[in-house]
Amino acid sequence: MALELIVFLPLLAAIVAGLGGPWIGKTASKVVTTGALMIGAVLSWPIFFQYIGGSVQPTVVPVLDWIRSGDLNVAWALRLDALTAVMLVVVTTVSSLVHLYSWGYMEEDPGQPRFFAYLSLFSFAMLMLVTADSLVQMFFGWEGVGLASYLLIGFWYHKPSANAAALKAFVVNRVGDFGFSLGIFGTFWLFGTVSIPAILAAAPHMAGSTIGFAGMRVDVMTLLCLLLFVGACGKSAQLGLHTWLPDAMEGPTPVSALIHAATMVTAGVFMVCRLSPMFETSTTAMHVVTYVGAATCFFAATVGTAQNDIKRVIAYSTCSQLGYMFFAAGVGAYGAAMFHLFTHAFFKALLFLGAGSVIHAMHHEQDMRYYGALRKEIPFTFWVMVAGTLAITGVGVAGIGFAGFWSKDAILESSFASGSVPGTVAFWLGSIAALLTSFYSWRLIFLTFFGKPRWAASEHIQHAIHHVHESPDEEHGDSAHEAGLPPEGSGGYHPHESPWTMLVPIGLLALGAVFSGQIWHGIFTDAARAPEFWRGSVAFSEHLAHAAHEAPFWVKLTPTIVMLIGLYIAWRNYIQKPEAAGNFVKQFPAVYRFVSNKWYFDELYDVIFVRPALWLGRLFWKGGDEGTIDRFGPHGAAYAVGVGNRITTRLQSGYLYSYALVMLLGLIGAASWAIWWAK
Amino acid sequence: MIGLTHYLTVAAILFTIGVLGIFLNRRNVILMLMAIELILLAVNVNLVAFSAYLGDLTGQVLAMFVLTVAAAEAAIGLAILVIFFRRRGSIAVDDVNRMRG
Repeated sequence: MALELIVFLPLLAAIVAGLGGPWIGKTASKVVTTGALMIGAVLSWPIFFQYIGGSVQPTVVPVLDWIRSGDLNVAWALRLDALTAVMLVVVTTVSSLVHLYSWGYMEEDPGQPRFFAYLSLFSFAMLMLVTADSLVQMFFGWEGVGLASYLLIGFWYHKPSANAAALKAFVVNRVGDFGFSLGIFGTFWLFGTVSIPAILAAAPHMAGSTIGFAGMRVDVMTLLCLLLFVGACGKSAQLGLHTWLPDAMEGPTPVSALIHAATMVTAGVFMVCRLSPMFETSTTAMHVVTYVGAATCFFAATVGTAQNDIKRVIAYSTCSQLGYMFFAAGVGAYGAAMFHLFTHAFFKALLFLGAGSVIHAMHHEQDMRYYGALRKEIPFTFWVMVAGTLAITGVGVAGIGFAGFWSKDAILESSFASGSVPGTVAFWLGSIAALLTSFYSWRLIFLTFFGKPRWAASEHIQHAIHHVHESPDEEHGDSAHEAGLPPEGSGGYHPHESPWTMLVPIGLLALGAVFSGQIWHGIFTDAARAPEFWRGSVAFSEHLAHAAHEAPFWVKLTPTIVMLIGLYIAWRNYIQKPEAAGNFVKQFPAVYRFVSNKWYFDELYDVIFVRPALWLGRLFWKGGDEGTIDRFGPHGAAYAVGVGNRITTRLQSGYLYSYALVMLLGLIGAASWAIWWAK
Repeated sequence: MIGLTHYLTVAAILFTIGVLGIFLNRRNVILMLMAIELILLAVNVNLVAFSAYLGDLTGQVLAMFVLTVAAAEAAIGLAILVIFFRRRGSIAVDDVNRMRG
């Protein structure tokens, strides 16, 4: 019963708040939706602890019949096992805290019932996804989060940039979903079922068989896994399909936290872990997953170093951390992947909500170059952000550490211990990315909270000082300034700490960011305890866990060393010599441009996909539709009638004598005919 | 000796002048009415000439009818003309194109 409540209460709340919002008012909407998620969170934690205690078996709760057509037999059923329990905790906890946080953050927004309804709908879709017992049901949740993310990113629908970002997220996700749906079709075709347990049981017997696809003989499991992985790439913003994620920052900050920590981007990682016995059957697919994950991890970390928008830094950070999760899954360390997903949810939600608190304090200024010295002004936000940064950079010494220390080390050790070529590549790329992670995370902290105030030059702060009313969501144009910081000065502005509804969630998340790794690393990744916990819900490899545990000492030390190097570089460039960063940019302008323009991915896609698509569209529109169908169809007919009209109108001169002349000529003609031819 | 041919020639000339008077006349409607009278007279000349030539009175009776109709037509035409002038302030033929499509 608890499981049904967890999953369906958010849906109920979304319906009540979404459809009834205008009648029950904004406070009631907020109470209903937040309450539903809170109940979900309260019910989820005991389930999680039961699985830790090892006292329960995986269960399936049937809900309804859905489709029965020939061999296709799909039912609504909620599957509960250790993997689902982890996701339930992550989703409901982060989502309920985000709900609570939004009470403060969205205080002045007129569309609050709508906002909270979308949030709950988002959570429901994700819960449906993680409890799915069949691929079709998973696809339902998959599309549900796609829809809800579209609605939430475009929540401020009067902003053209928000609409564009929402559309982009939707369209890029469609590309991934196309791969996912092909994967589902292929799976059904080969296995004759879409039930996940049945597929996973049958998968090892399918390994090695081939199939004709696109004119080639390919390994069937490789093909299916790669198609499914395309779906995971789209949803989890892996390299190639990552472009929507940074743009999704157009949505309100709580939405970013929800998308990045719990309800959307983790879906791909979850799916790979859920189907891990299937992926295990194809070495090629696993290698692809590893390479893509490692490449994303490195790519996003480099881009994160050159962003100035506080939310964009964190967005690329998410992208990078998802890369870690994927290459962990790729080398077979599903426990480590899920562990990083779990800890990441806490510290990433924390960082986003903390950033939201900073943005709130700085009157919607999002450009870090206009921050500085906020340490004293908003101390609570400062401390929790530091906690989040310590967690994401993986601070810790043997045996004691923040959340990221445990999960990131587990991933790097596993990838090294796997011993394969992709694993080694992933280990080194992951280590470099860890250095960059440390650098950009500390850069964010130093730029935001240390140094001298640089608020005076910000337009948003100017507005605040002069009490000019302004819509709360205009983004500051950030291309206007090149590297180098604006002049110092507070401009007489006094930042204010956020209300308690915002501070309580980030405080709780900070606890998670600090302690979650310490407490639960054993059950997720330990060779002895983890199999007891997972109980076959992921293809946990004890062998790999052992190997990771016995990795050389320098491997275990690497993350800590690179973290310290990153910290030192950030400290040197932004605290000791604030002008050093500008000098670096002046010395290597090409590197800076390449990185700050996100490796020109958007431009590349613009040239390869967007423009040809527009060109083709225009060709069909102008040439096909207007030029051919309309021209020879309705428009042509209308034009011919018009021309005929003009000619006959000219005959109707209105002059009596011309009519008489025509009559006379006709008469002569008729008379001539009668005389000459008709006898 | 003046024969039938001469009468028919005169009638044909009158008819042609009448027709041309209708088509080439661009000045005013009165001239058009006069041209119509001319055409009717040409027809009358024909009728009377054939009547005398064939020794049949029917043609001359018919000519009387035509004269009557022509008188009525002239009266009605002139009445229309007066009203038309009141409404439009002109009786120039080129202004009379209310039937233009």
